[in-house]
Amino acid sequence: MTSTSVGAEFPDVVRTPPAPPPVSPFRQVLLPFSFFGPALLLLSVFLIYPAIATVIRALFDDRGKKFVWLDNFDRMFSDDIIYTAIKNNVIWIAIAPLTVTLLGLVLAVLNERISWASAFKVVLFLPLAISLFAVGVIWRIVYQQDPDQGLLNAGITVAHDVFTPPGVLHNALPSGNALSNRFVLKQPIAAGDTAKLALTGILPEDVPSGAKQAVDPKPESGKITGVVWRDFKPGGGKIGVVEKGELGIPGASIDLLKDGKKVGSAKTDDGGGFTFDGVSGSGYTMQIAPATFRAPFGGVEWLGASLVVPAIIIAFLWTAVGFAMVVIGAGLAAISRDVLEAARTDGASEFQIFRRVTVPLLMPVLTVVFVTQMIGVLKVFDIIYAIAPGSVRNDATTLAFEMWRRSFSGQNQFGFGAAIASFLMLLFLPYLIYQVRSQRKNA
Amino acid sequence: MRKVTLGFAVVVVLVGALVVASYGGAAKKAPASPSHAKVSGTVTMLAVWTGAEGDSFKAVLAGFKKKNPNITVKYKSATDPAAALSTAIQGGNPPNLAALPNPGLMKDFAGRGAVKPITFAKGTVAKNYSSDWVKFGTVNGKLYGVFFKGANKSTVWYNVHSFKNAGVKPPKSWSSLLTTAKTLRASGATAYSIGGADGWTLTDLFENLYIRNAGPAKYDLLSDHKIPWTDASVKSTLKLMAQVFSDTSNIAGNPLQTDFPTSVTNVFQPSKPKAAMVFEGDFVPSAAAGQTKAKPKKDYNVFPFPSVNGKGGDYVVGGGDVVCLFKDTPAARALITYLASPGAAEIWAKRGGFSSPNKNVNPSVYPDDITRTTASALAKASTFRFDMSDLAPQAFGSQDEFSDLQAFLKNPKNINGIAAKLEKDAKAGYKK
Repeated sequence: MTSTSVGAEFPDVVRTPPAPPPVSPFRQVLLPFSFFGPALLLLSVFLIYPAIATVIRALFDDRGKKFVWLDNFDRMFSDDIIYTAIKNNVIWIAIAPLTVTLLGLVLAVLNERISWASAFKVVLFLPLAISLFAVGVIWRIVYQQDPDQGLLNAGITVAHDVFTPPGVLHNALPSGNALSNRFVLKQPIAAGDTAKLALTGILPEDVPSGAKQAVDPKPESGKITGVVWRDFKPGGGKIGVVEKGELGIPGASIDLLKDGKKVGSAKTDDGGGFTFDGVSGSGYTMQIAPATFRAPFGGVEWLGASLVVPAIIIAFLWTAVGFAMVVIGAGLAAISRDVLEAARTDGASEFQIFRRVTVPLLMPVLTVVFVTQMIGVLKVFDIIYAIAPGSVRNDATTLAFEMWRRSFSGQNQFGFGAAIASFLMLLFLPYLIYQVRSQRKNA
Repeated sequence: MRKVTLGFAVVVVLVGALVVASYGGAAKKAPASPSHAKVSGTVTMLAVWTGAEGDSFKAVLAGFKKKNPNITVKYKSATDPAAALSTAIQGGNPPNLAALPNPGLMKDFAGRGAVKPITFAKGTVAKNYSSDWVKFGTVNGKLYGVFFKGANKSTVWYNVHSFKNAGVKPPKSWSSLLTTAKTLRASGATAYSIGGADGWTLTDLFENLYIRNAGPAKYDLLSDHKIPWTDASVKSTLKLMAQVFSDTSNIAGNPLQTDFPTSVTNVFQPSKPKAAMVFEGDFVPSAAAGQTKAKPKKDYNVFPFPSVNGKGGDYVVGGGDVVCLFKDTPAARALITYLASPGAAEIWAKRGGFSSPNKNVNPSVYPDDITRTTASALAKASTFRFDMSDLAPQAFGSQDEFSDLQAFLKNPKNINGIAAKLEKDAKAGYKK
């Protein structure tokens, strides 16, 4: 078969002597093989054999001893977490490649029109120089929920606190039964009564400065007297009783209410004491101003079950857009200026030029970027591993991640893992076929 | 032509693979007969210890060399000794000794005949270890392993200043721990720090509560999945956990987003700690090393995991590295016997970062009070059990059990639902 295909060409091309030297079997078989053989060998050992072995492995049980037909695939498609993984893969594919290509295109075009373009390019390209795992580590910190740790939440907290600052005593709790959870006195009081507004849950260092020993209020006729104090001393102390060593809370504002209406307000002194003058009758109640206790902004749960996938995709975009921009920028540079000039002379607007000239001319490059990203996104793994906390791995997972987790994270479910890998391979096929075809077209 | 050569290449590759594979079955050496004459020779040993731990272990080996100048020990470390051993055994060339991270692996190797019994060391081991540790080293009535290094996971770490501000002392029972937590909250502190983003911190808490609440016998049954996770003992233990989980205003931050190192640094602060207590094992200080300025005793301290209903104040759940004999030679016997002696353990104990399960190790050799406390609790525990999730199949013990308890942390009211989910996942995990 080989001799016919090689020999067949010669009679047509070479008609005249000198006749071709007799082709030795060595030249026929071994010489070409010595050229592409090493590549073929490497491909076989590292790609073809593993691919076939993986598919075969998927038909055996986890220990690799028993042939189980398609049981692993059955297991795979009846597994909730695999469903989440497939769903997440779909989200990734729907969002990431398109966004990367579009943002890359926009940045590349804009880049042509600014000064300091190279510096700008370098900055955008820089994330690509960081391994995806390190990118994950960086973004995991950025996304931390605790505003003391996470950059993003720290920023939001600053903005949030401008409008609704946290209360000075945000950690405080009512002590005993006198106050409700909203710091309203539960029992109505009358003129001549005393009000003991006991608080706990306040760190000693959080007590406003200048606080003095709390003073037990004395009843006075025509007045309501009271005290707000930190009802705690080491060991707990007696609840609702002003004891020695317990400090008053100065500067707290108290509202006096009657029939749900505010009829007066007072501020506590250094010992936590306050007085309402000129009251008569009964049916009063009072509350400590709610703003005092307003909880601080706790941070958005970026890496919680609902936001973790978009959060990781954004981190991925951060690295991928730079690459897309540089590749598309190179394509852009290759477009002939004459075409653009001609369009401009014909009176096309800049946007029309972009849409009707630049983009169509760039199409091959855009497609390459898009397809590369598709493949990159299908196999996304390390960035998920680095960003998703253990508690949301089941929510953030993708097929590639699940393949690793089932087989290599210590679970040793190799049959299962191989089934996932085979399924992934199937998903890759359309892109591979497309790539091969477009390459053949170019050649 | 293309097709022919492709086929040819595939054949070449396959033949090559077969040749490589067949090299695996090299001949095994017969074990040398033991002799009581002056021992000499070379011993090879494999363990997980590297870095500072590796240096400490080499110091232990130097102590051996002093006693047996004619024996040379070749120590090799491996990040995954089990995998390295599997390959070495297949190749017919295992090391003389290896330290395995848990007794389950030892049992596995014993079942395959890869490890040799160490009946000769029985006396030394019985003298130096409490009965639980001897039992864990025994398979089918034969002693196979010596526990050289242990880990105590039955500890609770606390911030000294928070406790002092609140006027509370380390609690001895679970109910007084809950009261202590309330008092801490009233003092303005946040009582608990929970590293719930890492599921294993939750399984450790569960195991500590379970062994005290249900007793060691049930603990063993549940470890083997011989009783279901829907058992009343599991549910009542989950109820105890819920007492902590549902006290949300007393937990620092969002526990599901708090990883283990953060849960430690929350507590280990010289001032303004985010929480007062964290449940985890003797390795907690190393997680905070270099992250905070907190000093032992002055800023943080430790107390044993409290008893439940008056039981289990001295129970310990934890881990241990067990040294096994893979290739029997007189020199290997000498080394494993040496490792079972208190003298060997004391060399590493002195250097720190080490808890010995050997009960005859002199507590005074530990470098500080904290290690002394956790290490002696380990060696003197009236009951010791291995971390249950480490013994379970990985699919359950290192994945599904994590996410189930994380779901429980999110919704601590759902005791029946979580128990049912745990049982469903355990059934799937233990099947293989």
